[in-house]
Amino acid sequence: MASYANQECFQSNDDLPIVLLHRLPSFNSPLKDILQPHFHLLDPADSPEPASSFLSCHAKSVRALICVYNTPLSAATLNLLPSLELIVAASAGVDHIDLEECRCRGIIMTNASTAFAEDAADHAVALLIDVCRRISTADRFVRAGLWPVKRDCSLGFKMGRKRVGIVGLGRIGFEVGKRLEAFGCSIAYNSRKKKPSVPFSYHANVLDLAEDSDALILCCSLTEQTRHIINKDVLEALGKEGVIINVGRGALIDEKVLVQFLLRGVIGGAGLDVFENEPDVPRELFELDNVVLSPHRAIFTSESLEALHELVFTNLKAFFSNKPLQSVFQIE
Amino acid sequence: MESIGVLMTCPLHDPYLVEQLEKRFTLFKFHSIPDKAHFLNSNKASIRAVVGSASAGADAKLIHQLPNLEIVSSFSVGLDKIDLAKCRERGIRVTNTPDVLTDDVADLAIGLMLAVLRRLCQSDRYVRSGQWKRGEYKLTTKFTGKSVGIIGLGRIGLAIAKRAEAFSCPISYHTRAEKSDVKYKYYPSVVELAANCQILVVACALTEETRHIINREVINALGPKGVLINIGRGPHVDEPELVSALVEGRLGGAGLDVFQDEPNVPEELFGLENVVLLPHVGSGTMETRKEMADLVVGNLEAHFLNKPLLTPVL
Repeated sequence: MASYANQECFQSNDDLPIVLLHRLPSFNSPLKDILQPHFHLLDPADSPEPASSFLSCHAKSVRALICVYNTPLSAATLNLLPSLELIVAASAGVDHIDLEECRCRGIIMTNASTAFAEDAADHAVALLIDVCRRISTADRFVRAGLWPVKRDCSLGFKMGRKRVGIVGLGRIGFEVGKRLEAFGCSIAYNSRKKKPSVPFSYHANVLDLAEDSDALILCCSLTEQTRHIINKDVLEALGKEGVIINVGRGALIDEKVLVQFLLRGVIGGAGLDVFENEPDVPRELFELDNVVLSPHRAIFTSESLEALHELVFTNLKAFFSNKPLQSVFQIE
Repeated sequence: MESIGVLMTCPLHDPYLVEQLEKRFTLFKFHSIPDKAHFLNSNKASIRAVVGSASAGADAKLIHQLPNLEIVSSFSVGLDKIDLAKCRERGIRVTNTPDVLTDDVADLAIGLMLAVLRRLCQSDRYVRSGQWKRGEYKLTTKFTGKSVGIIGLGRIGLAIAKRAEAFSCPISYHTRAEKSDVKYKYYPSVVELAANCQILVVACALTEETRHIINREVINALGPKGVLINIGRGPHVDEPELVSALVEGRLGGAGLDVFQDEPNVPEELFGLENVVLLPHVGSGTMETRKEMADLVVGNLEAHFLNKPLLTPVL
């Protein structure tokens, strides 16, 4: 049992604060075991009753809900929870939650940024180095037994000292910038608002950022405003030696255009952890050596999941003790 | 200078370097000459320079066969393929390519650490082979915060440390003698360093003392959760020991850019998911290879024009 949840709990289930576990039936999270001794967990996915009737009967007084990974949380579901004050999103992205409804109702939301930011940033940097230095391509080359035959693998490109443009300077974006500075990269960014306390240069829009960057790294959330924020114009501005790294959401990029531009050499390369229609990945990308593909794993390390569980536990405890919450997501 | 014979002993296919050398000198590509003994006999008088690399340089035997050899210019920073004692004895100048490749090698070392821990190559294969449609890839392990131990704290070692620090990795090191101007934790032996770090990087020069510096004892100390990164030279590592440790799970993983007998890589490694195997590409970027070639050519030109060498070792 994780050390933070070790405190003995002598209260009966009736006295424990009620928390709703909102999950798809296929999402079996260890959270249930960790939280059960400390909270009265309601788990509609585990009940034979249909979810809407379960919630109508049992969840009227529920004040706090955990949304497990990207289980969709719609206005319709929220309407069945009149007492809801807090959503603990056990994920980094929150685009699967009806944010407008939450804003109208004044529901507080926390996400897992603080638990995941370092791993997501590590993954973004890993993808950038791999694309530039052709690490996965070269590893394939060696394993196919080609080194003794062909002698030389094609050269990569210098990754350090590149001009890096970060799209979205939240926690993850900031951690990416901090890491890449140590490689001699110059860091610029675009974000909804300029961040005066940050040592990176601000660009008012993504097009300008792309013009001035050798590599674009997408770290922003997916909203109506950011859907296809990386479009034909931005990719053309990035240019034939430019590299794009996406650890945000697939729909941030116009994927059809991206694939065409990679095939035609309009841009130099891509490192993609996310796609518009996962787990479907455009097959044309499989033949390319200047592309690195990963199966939506940017945050999936055992350490980050541990940190997530601890964060969820700590935030729930804090909520029910009227103490400050961590990793609050500002719904705008 | 066209009549000056330059013998390229390494099987280099760098077109830019070859082109620059052929413009200025009479270039002989040793690797593609079938009867090397005959060739040397006929041409030894005209050969006044050797261009070597990490794969081949100038050993005592070759130096002995070239009575008019004046300079060895290496397309590498490592000097392990050059008999320096013999060169010193004969008054032969030696140059290499320091500094220009430091960043690329350090970038690659970090790239290897990330690729091994986060299973980047493996998961790329997972996507390309269609397996993602059948299920999620498993959890990997975090890189940020892992302790990094560096053997050799020269230019490359320090550059690796600087980058790893940005990932909040505690840094420790081993060198022949402790460095007073460095803030990292020193261990007087490689075994102690290995026992006290999670990722061990070989970043020192290859000499008689450092041959097989990574042996069974060190590998066991690094352990089943430890990762070895080698961006030095293949002979730094007792390769059969490394292979059996990886296959048996006594070592957690490895990122290898260099091997005992390049371009041959032990095939037992091909099936392992906890290794990343690269074909000696530490300095393998367009930009750096051009800078290295310019240094090789620049050093030769300086020598034959009686000017100071750009990056002399001897």
